[in-house]
Amino acid sequence: MPWLPWYGEMKQVLSWTEFLAARGSSILSATGEHLLLSLGAVLLGTLIAVPLGILLARHEQVASVVLGISGTIQTIPSLAFFGFVLPFLGIGVVPAMTVLFLYSILPILRNTYTGIREVSPAYLEAGVGMGMNRRQLLTWIQFPLAFPVIMSGIRVSTVYIISWATLSALIGAGGLGDPILAGIHTYDAKLIIAGALPAAMLALLASWSLGLVERAVTPRGLRQR
Amino acid sequence: MLTFEHVSKVYDGNRIAVADFNLDVKAGEFIVLIGPSGCGKTTTLKMVNRLIEPTAGAIYLNGKEIREQNPVALRRHIGYVIQQIALFPNMTIAQNVDVVPRLLGWPAERRRQRVRELLELVGMDPDEYSDRYPSELSGGQQQRIGVLRALAAEPPLILMDEPFGALDPITRENLQEELKALQAKLRKTILFVTHDMDEALKLADRIVVMKDGHIVQVAAPEELLRHPANEFVASFIGKDRLAPGLELRTVEQVMIGEPVTVRPHTGVAEGVATMRRKKVDTLLVTDESGRLLGAVSIEELNRNYQRAHQVQDLMARDVPVVFEGTPAREAFDLIIQEKLEYLPVMDREGRLKGLVTRTSMVNALASVVWGDEASA
Repeated sequence: MPWLPWYGEMKQVLSWTEFLAARGSSILSATGEHLLLSLGAVLLGTLIAVPLGILLARHEQVASVVLGISGTIQTIPSLAFFGFVLPFLGIGVVPAMTVLFLYSILPILRNTYTGIREVSPAYLEAGVGMGMNRRQLLTWIQFPLAFPVIMSGIRVSTVYIISWATLSALIGAGGLGDPILAGIHTYDAKLIIAGALPAAMLALLASWSLGLVERAVTPRGLRQR
Repeated sequence: MLTFEHVSKVYDGNRIAVADFNLDVKAGEFIVLIGPSGCGKTTTLKMVNRLIEPTAGAIYLNGKEIREQNPVALRRHIGYVIQQIALFPNMTIAQNVDVVPRLLGWPAERRRQRVRELLELVGMDPDEYSDRYPSELSGGQQQRIGVLRALAAEPPLILMDEPFGALDPITRENLQEELKALQAKLRKTILFVTHDMDEALKLADRIVVMKDGHIVQVAAPEELLRHPANEFVASFIGKDRLAPGLELRTVEQVMIGEPVTVRPHTGVAEGVATMRRKKVDTLLVTDESGRLLGAVSIEELNRNYQRAHQVQDLMARDVPVVFEGTPAREAFDLIIQEKLEYLPVMDREGRLKGLVTRTSMVNALASVVWGDEASA
């Protein structure tokens, strides 16, 4: 098991300084793994969910079905889901990323869909009336106006994928779930904290930096809301 | 330039929005479509840029049937202004104005030029406004940009769907004036929808009154006021407007009759006494046959009563006057411009008939605003 190394000096009682000296580099690399795993899943989710959401905004009937399915996926307990993909995809990064990717879709998909749908019909009428075709309508008006909503979907998704990614340690994908699991098994609070604290910080940091990105790329005219 | 031939629009097979609409619009004409809501005026407008397709009939733009043209290309050559204004909030003012030239692929330099030119046309400094966003502008300024956006690619025809309907009355009037001035300069063909009769009367070359999808009357504003085709048109115009407004009144209708007069040989002391008794501060001096000779004010009498014996020694002879039949409005303008307290009205023989004062001006305006009972 990949988390076996965390079981090193099981019975020793270490001070935080000693603990960090011994574990610091492992925690750092686990944090790196965790970040890659989560961001990879969200990136994939975004690449799929945004175009899909735009497409769904044009087909209302299909949209209710797809959003329904996506919502159902969301309700599967994550623990069960990780177990469920095990027989098909085995263990490691691939099955973990697959599960996280599926989870990341819903908020992005739903926000893209509603963001596009909620663009005021007056803008569309003005756009069409001035001679925009469907593509121009999307790229000049609908997408820019829906952008803040889509971004907030991506943000929500990122934050909880970072927290759920700790579970992927169960199927051997590494990340900050490793020290947490090892800590639970060995009754070592320092190990649990060594996994949980960086994970929480990562989530906060991701939320904050995506907020900055959102602000930076949102046109000034849309900012006051 | 724009011709409607038996154009009809029926929704869901039974609800008739527009029925057998026929109209020939000349180039440079300002046509206003008016009627109660649901009369089909907006539907008619939107059939021109094919946002709505007619059920029957044909519309020709410069002799070509619009159904045979690509709707996207067609719309780029027809200006379009809507009530919700709908400037794109994600674009700057310059980008908003520039939309259609950009869609048409104009070269960058020409587009930049055009945006500046248009902003200057409505007195908005391009350096100040180009990079602002719509949310930073007032409603009136936004719709000014809305109109510019429609003008940008120099379309010969502009469709306006209640463009000033969402604005406050003062802003609306300003924009109407501006539109009228623009139209005088640019000579576009304009199809304008409204339910506001004042707006229609002010702007239109011809007014098309619609009801239940049918044209009830097509007429120039004056003609419409004088000869409404039927009861519906008359009631839609409203009683107030059919009664002669301020514009049409003459000075006799607003003047005060029987002003206080004295003879030229009246003594100064008696003149002062008359003023006191009648509570006036000016005496008009007339001869025996009622001809106006001049006027004397209380200031003049007070200042010089010791040096003179008779009012004719003190009276001013070059008093501004108007003759009977002069439009009241001209008299009011004169009073305002010359800062006069009063303006005598004379007949052709020079006999004094009455006096237009600032009070009669206020009364006349009040009767226009609140109806005649207010001034009675």
